[in-house]
Amino acid sequence: MKGYGFIRSIALVAALSTATGLAQADTIRVLNWQGYGTDEDWSLEQFEKATGNTVAHEYFNSEQEMLTKLRTNPGTYDVVLVNSAYTQQAAREGLIQPLDLADFPHSDGLQPRLARNSNLLHDGKLFGVAWLWGVTSFAINTGAFDAKPNSIMELWNPAHAGRLGWRDDAVESCQFAALATGQDINDPSDYDLIRERLHALKPQIRTFWNSENEWNQYMASGEFDLATYWSGSAARSKNNFGLPIEFIVPREGAIAWLDGLSLPTDAPHPEAAKQFIDWMIDPEFYVQWDTEVGAPISANEKAVAQLPDGAFNKTLIEELKTVNTLPFMGPMSDATREKMLEVWQETKTFYQE
Amino acid sequence: MAVSDTKRSPTRRRQPSNAKSILGLTGPAYLWLIVTILLPLAAMFYFSFLSDVPLPGRDWQVTLSNYAAFFQEDFYRTLMLRSLRLGFEVALWCFLIGFPCAYVLAKTIKGRWREALFLMVIIPFWSNALIRVFSWTMVLRGNGILESLLDWLIPGFGSLRLMFTYEAVVIGLVHSYLPYMILTCYISLSTIDDDLIDAARSMGASRLTVLRRIILPLSMPGIVAGAVLIFVPVIGSFMEPRILGGREGTFLGTVIEDQFTSVFNWPLGAALSFILLACVLIIFAIFQPILRRAS
Repeated sequence: MKGYGFIRSIALVAALSTATGLAQADTIRVLNWQGYGTDEDWSLEQFEKATGNTVAHEYFNSEQEMLTKLRTNPGTYDVVLVNSAYTQQAAREGLIQPLDLADFPHSDGLQPRLARNSNLLHDGKLFGVAWLWGVTSFAINTGAFDAKPNSIMELWNPAHAGRLGWRDDAVESCQFAALATGQDINDPSDYDLIRERLHALKPQIRTFWNSENEWNQYMASGEFDLATYWSGSAARSKNNFGLPIEFIVPREGAIAWLDGLSLPTDAPHPEAAKQFIDWMIDPEFYVQWDTEVGAPISANEKAVAQLPDGAFNKTLIEELKTVNTLPFMGPMSDATREKMLEVWQETKTFYQE
Repeated sequence: MAVSDTKRSPTRRRQPSNAKSILGLTGPAYLWLIVTILLPLAAMFYFSFLSDVPLPGRDWQVTLSNYAAFFQEDFYRTLMLRSLRLGFEVALWCFLIGFPCAYVLAKTIKGRWREALFLMVIIPFWSNALIRVFSWTMVLRGNGILESLLDWLIPGFGSLRLMFTYEAVVIGLVHSYLPYMILTCYISLSTIDDDLIDAARSMGASRLTVLRRIILPLSMPGIVAGAVLIFVPVIGSFMEPRILGGREGTFLGTVIEDQFTSVFNWPLGAALSFILLACVLIIFAIFQPILRRAS
């Protein structure tokens, strides 16, 4: 497999060099979260060996910062990670350019519903290559449950009063309530229903968590029976920290998110950038990354299929096929975001009384 | 003659240079305050009247809606009252615990012991506030240090359930701000002449009367200064409530922090901050007669 990928990359480089007439090495600049796949040293070394291109990184700490960097530094970055909830906004502002999946040989393995996910499209054109995805749901402490629950209503089960961990995040809280009441998670219509569901959590919540590290500490010290969580983090908590937990995919569905890789409008090295994006969706890279470091689910079905049997993401993707709905976090207006914060703060005030 | 001359001449020479030396000595401090406090505060005050953060690519206009939001939503007022109550309670506990301590330091203990005890009051100040709060989480949490100790002393003591409660927030804040009360009370207590106390005792006043009629009134400036120093930061605190309060740790300070960090709504955050500031000023105005008499 390794040799095959290598030869294919060589062939790709050769084809590109004849096409452009020069085979020069470029340094491409990638804009991403720190430690999120693109900056694994072993992979970059292999990439340089295969293509001659080197990769430099710049990091952002929030989606807003990423957009600001694209706006204020045109012509600087070659590859940027854009969460699909922001792809349309970036495309509308002219920050990223349309793409053709034919330029990415490994895109043949991408799950169709992810590759042409409506959140990645703007004016009928594709603006991001689906790379990674995952779901937000909840995880249980296996010691506190006899059988694995399969409904989101378990969060409201009085049997777990005072044993629930909840992330102190307005959007996520409202989305959980929207999912439980069968509403659109990106634009709920009935906020009274959402408020009612969130108020009903009052006896349930032990405390709020804000980071993966906090979550691990609370779970390890036995504060939680169950807690909302992200699939990628659950894999790490279980495999790297050895916590006795199980990630639950409720039959009602889970909140899904999708990250895509995009090319900024004035990317100085577009060809090398496309090579790098293709490198990122290559199963070979993903299998090594997920096995040695831990990763979310690849959008490339072939990549997930190559994971060893019993791997967290391989099991998860099978479970996700059984759920009723899998709504993706999509673009959200400022008004919706502010409304959600208001509902959440009002709810937190109610928790005090 | 010669004596009075030497006394007068420096005063005459000092007169013209007085203004210059005042400017020279206070100028840097005030310049620093203007640049680092007043200008950013003025910018925040301006932000609080905008509909969005004034960045390129964003639409914004001047509006009063951020201030209106406070009066339209009941929960902001609930949180305001809760924050004020927290401020009062923490200041009260600091007084109840700190005043006796300051009294003993100022009146009973002398010499090297006093220095050693002072050091113990001040040492917590040398460590980072965040570290102190996280230490409290280890003490207060279920099966933590406090519960283990109590269980060892009284077998079968059970659980206190202190972590993630309002009480935990008060405990953490009292610990953080206690030194302010001890230091301000110590300063005003040490200026009370011991002869006054002896005189009162010799004229038959009980210890309680001495405390009520002499010590408390004379040390009032220190108590008030300490209470103000504690009250103002506590009502805006967000770090201690977030870490120790858990589900019960929502105050106006945490809501303001959310506006800045999680939704990027600086204008609303700024407006809430200035409403909090206005509340503090109103409270001080109401208590002005008492404060003035005290100091």
